[in-house]
Amino acid sequence: MNPADLVLTAADGTAFWLPVAWLGVIGFGVLMYVLLDGFVLGLGILAPLSKDSDQLDHMMNTAAPIWDGNETWLVLGGAGLMAAFPKAYALVLSSLYLPVLAMLLGLIFRGVAFEFRFKGRGIARRAWGAAFSLGSLVAAFSQGVILAALVQGLPMEGGHYSGGVWGWFSPFAVMTGLALVCGYALLGAGWLILKTDGALHQQARGWARPLVVAVLGFMGLVSWALPYLDSRVMARWFEGSNVWWLAPVPVMTLAVAWWLWRDAALGPRQARPHDARPFLWTLALFALGFAGLLLGIWPYLVPPHLTIWGAASPPESQGFVMWGLVFLLPLILGYTGWSYRVFRGKVAADAGYH
Amino acid sequence: MDALLLSRIQFGFVISFHILFPAFTIGLASWLMFLEWRWLRTREGVWWDLYKFWSKVFAISFGMGVVSGIVMSFQFGTNWAVLSERAGNVLGPLLSYEVLTAFFLEAGFLGVMLFGAQKVRPAVHFFCTCMVAIGTLISTFWIIAAISWMHTPQGHVLNNGVFAPGDWWQIIFNPSFPYRLAHMVLAAFITTCFVIGGTAAWHLRRGVQRDMALKMLKLSIAFGAIAVPAQVLVGDQHGLNTLQHQPIKVAAMEGHWHAGEPGAGVPLLLFGVPRQAQERNDYQMAIPRLGSLILTHSLDGEIPALTSVRPEDRPPVLPVFFAFRVMVGIGLLMLAVVLVSVWVWWRGRLAESVWTLRGWQLLSGSGFVALLAGWWVTEIGRQPWVIYGLLRTADAVSPHLQPGMVMASLAGYASVYSVIFGAGIWYLWRLLKKGPQVGETPPELGTPGAGAKTPARPLSAADEADIAQGARP
Repeated sequence: MNPADLVLTAADGTAFWLPVAWLGVIGFGVLMYVLLDGFVLGLGILAPLSKDSDQLDHMMNTAAPIWDGNETWLVLGGAGLMAAFPKAYALVLSSLYLPVLAMLLGLIFRGVAFEFRFKGRGIARRAWGAAFSLGSLVAAFSQGVILAALVQGLPMEGGHYSGGVWGWFSPFAVMTGLALVCGYALLGAGWLILKTDGALHQQARGWARPLVVAVLGFMGLVSWALPYLDSRVMARWFEGSNVWWLAPVPVMTLAVAWWLWRDAALGPRQARPHDARPFLWTLALFALGFAGLLLGIWPYLVPPHLTIWGAASPPESQGFVMWGLVFLLPLILGYTGWSYRVFRGKVAADAGYH
Repeated sequence: MDALLLSRIQFGFVISFHILFPAFTIGLASWLMFLEWRWLRTREGVWWDLYKFWSKVFAISFGMGVVSGIVMSFQFGTNWAVLSERAGNVLGPLLSYEVLTAFFLEAGFLGVMLFGAQKVRPAVHFFCTCMVAIGTLISTFWIIAAISWMHTPQGHVLNNGVFAPGDWWQIIFNPSFPYRLAHMVLAAFITTCFVIGGTAAWHLRRGVQRDMALKMLKLSIAFGAIAVPAQVLVGDQHGLNTLQHQPIKVAAMEGHWHAGEPGAGVPLLLFGVPRQAQERNDYQMAIPRLGSLILTHSLDGEIPALTSVRPEDRPPVLPVFFAFRVMVGIGLLMLAVVLVSVWVWWRGRLAESVWTLRGWQLLSGSGFVALLAGWWVTEIGRQPWVIYGLLRTADAVSPHLQPGMVMASLAGYASVYSVIFGAGIWYLWRLLKKGPQVGETPPELGTPGAGAKTPARPLSAADEADIAQGARP
């Protein structure tokens, strides 16, 4: 069915708009997760590049007070999806069983490493450092695979997933997984440029430009592959005159990429632009990529099977939580922002344990 | 083994593992709130030293609770897709409110609570501790509402097997909710109380910071003297509520297979080995009429027997029967230790009474066992239903799950949890063994933001040095 027809068949105002608003909420939650936990996972991905144990301490120290709050956005995504689109929640998680499992196990190791690494000595300390790094890598890659599986379209028969254990696997999924690993690493590098000084800051600037190249390369590859996917959901981008209407997204992406490239430059301290810029540009790059994705799959949640209206819970469910969101989300953003403010500024290299 | 059984084992495993940490942090957060309040009021360094010590314990436990909790929020979708699809309309919003009102609150203020003492005013820091503590309790509220609704569902509309919310007030405040909430919050507090008291007794016997240890022990006794008897009363009321709404679960707890002669009453079984297939107990030791007295508050009251329902509607009796006895047994031991302690304290011989101290030491981790046993009673006891009387567990599992896949995930969780649980227990033990340190730096007084450029130290709430010395004998 044409998406436009689906829109028209949803006659009632509330029944039409509530799922749209909820898509906005879930989209916002997922974007917040990707941006905020993205840079923490990025630290883990970059961890093997750290020179020594002290430098890894330094890297983890920049995120120690806030990683937990960042990860909570993922829990909101999970619980929100169950509340607003239970069919999609059930279908996606049961179909993508193994990638979800890998992501969760990765996140467990990453999370406990924040506490345990500073308690162990010698080999235990190195082992928890490796757990931090590997956990982050596996979680990031799995998230890319999950994203790819959704964009590609899940194999379905008679309303049920029919792909078996490995139905989500494809070269495209591997590529997207690698793309997200590089993207998170870039976020992590931007965060280190912002939050550190001295040797680590220099190193992070050194990592930034190659990562920009890699991320742009992957973005190009993914964009190139999209029209060839079975789901054809991203085909909207290339239908008729759409490409002109949607052109601002890729144009802005290229512009942001250029600014990012410029501001990530190494060079004498005085000549460098503000340390926040590489991080902020990377956030913008992710937000644009996410917008492009949403424009492509709208109005589907599980393309090409479930639209947001088809997957929606009744208005009594969606409305009940929406009321809370209206008041609570600004409050959450407020105190989360305050917490970041308390820990603002550079985190010094000698911020050691004592 | 089929995917259903494996999924049930996996769910039982991940949730049993998970609940230990929230239960502990619910109690610890309120304990920390109390300690910091005492410090703010008296400005005696000892309160701040205790606060720092227990906040390190809190940090490790909270971290393990967070990572195992994320697994829970996806578990319903991966393994229980039909449950999510049919009941997500009701359960999803309750879980969403838990995230919005509790998880963000805890996580948002936790960073400043653990790492920001030198960066904000003392009052602001205390506010953060309070928000974390309140967050843990709000979280309990929502999750218990969701679980209780599955036990005593009401306020919903059922359409083609799909539950839609009718009246949210009725859904949240369902018949078993107030009892379960009170029982769980008290259980969390008592579990924590015995860890604190047990640690204090351990320190007293080893001569580690005797003054602080005595303070902790006295506070534990005072709290336990109120909370443990209260829990006995609440547990009794919860049991009566269960008898009203899930009588077959109570029959399983009591091993009550067959209705007796009219007027004979129900005995209380002290011991027995329930045989599901034979519909009887072996090696039974019973006190006549005591079951009636406890459950109906009369000597000849009757309760429904297991055989009053079809075999396929009965829960597995053996685990429910034994778990219930473990929970009650530990509860009675706790009551005994608390009462003896009060008496010894009143006689002024608390610090010298080796047997009292040993009792506390012995029971220091028993709260966790009782807590798990209690959850097994209530969750195994409601089988074969996942939504009581309306949706069977067997019908709630994800369709098309491959047994091999669930086997892999179960093995994955089991091995990963063993590693992190082992490490976590080891680090906690070393931390507790070392005990509180004198002279921790209190929050900087009256200089808000003075540390804006100072590093966020220590790196983790409990760092290497804290436990390195603790490892020494």
